[in-house]
Amino acid sequence: MYAQMVDTGTKRLKTLEEMSPEERDFQEKVDAETKIEAKNWMPDGYRKTLIRQISQHAHSEIVGMLPEGNWVTRAPTLKRKLQLMAKIQDEAGHGLYLYSAMETLGASRDEEVQKLHDGKAKYSSIFNYPTLNWADMGAVGWLVDGAAIVNQVVLQRTSYGPYARAMVRICKEESFHQRQGYQILLDMMREGTQEQKDMVQDAINRLWWPALMMFGPHDDESPNSQQSMAWKIKRKSNDELRQMFIDQTIPQLEYLGCTVPDPDLKWNEERGHYDFGEINWKEFYDVLKGDGPCNHERISTRKKAIDEGTWVREAAVAYAEKQKQRAAKAA
Amino acid sequence: MSEWRLYEVFVRSKHGLNHKHVGSVHAADNEMAMQNARDLYTRRSEGVSIWVVPSETITASASDEKEVLFDPSEDKVYRHASFYKLPDEVGQM
Repeated sequence: MYAQMVDTGTKRLKTLEEMSPEERDFQEKVDAETKIEAKNWMPDGYRKTLIRQISQHAHSEIVGMLPEGNWVTRAPTLKRKLQLMAKIQDEAGHGLYLYSAMETLGASRDEEVQKLHDGKAKYSSIFNYPTLNWADMGAVGWLVDGAAIVNQVVLQRTSYGPYARAMVRICKEESFHQRQGYQILLDMMREGTQEQKDMVQDAINRLWWPALMMFGPHDDESPNSQQSMAWKIKRKSNDELRQMFIDQTIPQLEYLGCTVPDPDLKWNEERGHYDFGEINWKEFYDVLKGDGPCNHERISTRKKAIDEGTWVREAAVAYAEKQKQRAAKAA
Repeated sequence: MSEWRLYEVFVRSKHGLNHKHVGSVHAADNEMAMQNARDLYTRRSEGVSIWVVPSETITASASDEKEVLFDPSEDKVYRHASFYKLPDEVGQM
């Protein structure tokens, strides 16, 4: 999940009787699966929660370009380099679709980006891990984008129209990401040297648990889920989504001929799902708080990009102004 | 970026179809809006034509005007072809 622990500002759900007429109207619309649009009335908490969630989602797409950017100049072939650049360009695009959706709620893009740079806004914990070998590009595409797809497919039905529509567009593009990632790993496992095969297993060992953490804390540790589900911003719980991801990923893992670093992972015939071990939650909260291996580096790279791009943005405005004056003179 | 104007983007996906709203972009001027719209919304041959329109120039109906605007058409059933029953002998019309 690209948005983790989004605060809704509510501790307890209101009943329909406790709601104001406007709130009740709104909730009934949501319950009837009528999409909420930008100009419709909405509770303040709903608006704020969405701004938090969509901006966090957008920041994740933007910061998510950085671990991959690390490998553009190191990709093994021209083909892989082009694919990687296309994927990174998509991530930038996804970030922009989401910032657009967020702006329909009256939020300012600059202010939200500033919150990210000040450490007040979060982005997905997964992007605070380093990408150490080429197989990481495969594992990121397959596992990280794979986990994102599980989450985002459900979000296509989220109650806020502009967010849902951005998700439809994003989901169409994500499957390319996941397939190109899996193919990198498949090629390495089929045609690679022993050293290259070891790289694949090493990448999976490092990224497996962080990928599972993307879905956020257990349902009973997730204080905001209830309100988010009632508003239908969130459609499925963290644990449900995590289980879906594991169930669909393990057969793909076995086909690769690899393993995951979880001794407790095994198929449970009775449940019809895979059982799996406990996530290291301390690590999850540490990374989310800013103490992951790359938090500092990611934010300083983003700040640097914005700061050093200032002159380009200023030049664009100056040029537009000049063109306008020229056109006025000619007229 | 917010100091740049906001534009709404409309894309014609195929010849013969109409332009459809797809999202928005920020840009310093019209040309840049067009470039940004192309890069952002048509990376996989999604379109054959793009319109970019400054968002502030769009006049939209408000949601609380819904009844005023659209209810009057609800009670005019005679505007629909199905209102006029024809004998079977007449056949398709």
